[in-house]
Amino acid sequence: MKIRDPQDFWAGVMFIVFGGAAIFFARSYAFGSAAKMGPGYFPSVLGGILIALGLFTSLRGLVFAGQPVGRFNWKPLLYVLGSIMLFAFALQSLGLVVAIFALIVVSALGGHEFKLKEVLALALILAVGSVAIFNYGLQLQFPIGPW
Amino acid sequence: MEIISNLILGLGVAMTPINMLYCFFGVLLGTLIGVLPGIGPVATIAMLLPATFALNPVTALIMLAGIYYGAQYGGSTSAILVNIPGETSSVVTCLDGYQMARQGRAGAALCVAALGSFFAGCVATVVIAGFAPPLAEVALKFGPAEYFSLMVMGLVAAVVLAHGSLIKAIAMIVLGLLLGLVGTDVNSGVSRFAFDIAELSDGIGFVIVAMGVFGFTEVIVNLELKETREVFFKKVSGLWLTKADFKAATPAVLRGTVIGSILGILPGGGALLASFAAYSFEKKVSKNRANFGKGAIEGVAAPESANNAGAQTSFIPLLTLGIPSNPVMALMVGAMTIHGIQPGPQIVTNQPELFWGMIASMWVGNLMLVVLNLPMIGMWVKLLTVPYRMLFPAILLFCAIGIYSLSNSSFDIHLAVIFGLLGYVFVKLSCEPAPLLLGFILGPMMEENLRRAMLLSRGDATVFFTHPISLAMLVAAGIMLLIVVAPAVRKKREDVFVE
Repeated sequence: MKIRDPQDFWAGVMFIVFGGAAIFFARSYAFGSAAKMGPGYFPSVLGGILIALGLFTSLRGLVFAGQPVGRFNWKPLLYVLGSIMLFAFALQSLGLVVAIFALIVVSALGGHEFKLKEVLALALILAVGSVAIFNYGLQLQFPIGPW
Repeated sequence: MEIISNLILGLGVAMTPINMLYCFFGVLLGTLIGVLPGIGPVATIAMLLPATFALNPVTALIMLAGIYYGAQYGGSTSAILVNIPGETSSVVTCLDGYQMARQGRAGAALCVAALGSFFAGCVATVVIAGFAPPLAEVALKFGPAEYFSLMVMGLVAAVVLAHGSLIKAIAMIVLGLLLGLVGTDVNSGVSRFAFDIAELSDGIGFVIVAMGVFGFTEVIVNLELKETREVFFKKVSGLWLTKADFKAATPAVLRGTVIGSILGILPGGGALLASFAAYSFEKKVSKNRANFGKGAIEGVAAPESANNAGAQTSFIPLLTLGIPSNPVMALMVGAMTIHGIQPGPQIVTNQPELFWGMIASMWVGNLMLVVLNLPMIGMWVKLLTVPYRMLFPAILLFCAIGIYSLSNSSFDIHLAVIFGLLGYVFVKLSCEPAPLLLGFILGPMMEENLRRAMLLSRGDATVFFTHPISLAMLVAAGIMLLIVVAPAVRKKREDVFVE
């Protein structure tokens, strides 16, 4: 068997995995009957439909030729998502200002060009603006600094 | 005339200083993000949702609506001047708009886009005012079986009209429905798919999913592409139309408005589909069709009128049936729920100030947009010179702050990161995220109505076929599916989206 349409094939596999997981976890919820549906009824049915659709998509991917799966660009992916996670960690312990600098600098590293001066200026403007707007303007409760 | 007294009531609400101010904020912000490629109304509205907590519900909705139709105005500016659609609904505007700019007619193109949008916006406001109340009246008689079938039809329509693989789009809907079920089941109190994580017991926040699969993923995908922009801003002059332009553009604007208004009402419709359909229709019927793609003013007038009309009439299914027809409307549901408003047919009768105030605000907003977009075009053009490397960190920051402020928990930010990763996988596998979002919003509603319908019929599934309205909607859904599956039409559908 040769995979002729990797996009379809792997999309199908993804759907089968999600559908299978739904049915697996829904087993512990009461199923009920058609007239009195339990909490497990709807998710199990949806899981079944998803598996069927996934199988169909995967099989199509074996029969019809199509597009290869695009290459993962790890650099923007990791820097962007990493910078946001860093922001979440820093916000609680070190406060908004540090968190903003961390997010801006790290995410900017994921771009095509990185000019340190420019990035620091951007972070400074956003930090001052955010504290002014969110803490003082909208009265949202953010810890500003590590104190 | 009841409609006139209603509109006067609405204008009374919309014209209060605070509502005017927030309407202005909304359309200003809408134009801004419309002009800037790489950030759309979905991410922006999601970002601002938490900030509207403190506002009065009418004021909040007026502002959020303004962002959506304001973005349609702004999107055309970057399409015409830079050949980059600021919004997906302006993709077709690039074809003729950019050519006009290259021929030194950027002023005329911008002018026809703004005036056409304004006209379409005014007509669409009247369409909503005229159609929504009777539709809501019908919808009040709907039982759970009708609602379930309506949602089936809406979801089917959404995938039929979307581009890409039909099967994958349906699978994405089902996946969305499943994700929508995470959290405590209202009927039994059982916690589903929450894995004993306290934060998940209330379900996954809609904003979190939207920010992840739209906001974060969009930034990552944009960073994969090389940045190339060539701005024609030196040549913007003569922001008015000649007599010949007027004559050529008027019928195109009229046709675009009609097509846009109709396609906006359909479930799954909205600005994007409207602009594509209007452009291909105009290309077929216009006397000037030989010039399409070479700077025909009709090619700008029709889609730009259509996308604005469609953006506004897509509020009809939301306000009358409580069913969102596109991701932006799904966010509006989120906004209403935050303010304790149950979207649905009862809004028209129970909260006339909200309903009519919002409609009237669209007219006010459109008027503001013409002023914002024509005399002040220079300001927006300058914005286009801000490079993306400065923009995207700021976009990410606002997304992160928006998510955090929803519940003051960094867990939500991490969850959004997971959805960002998932969204990136979807892109690589050519799976559209929009159907997932619609399914996500409709999941709990669909289960609830299915359960109730089956309980009332004592487990007899034929109830969906014996109720005439329900049957009609299921038949309509079936016909739509059949049409798309038929090979001849499938070919045609691809053609439309390839253009």
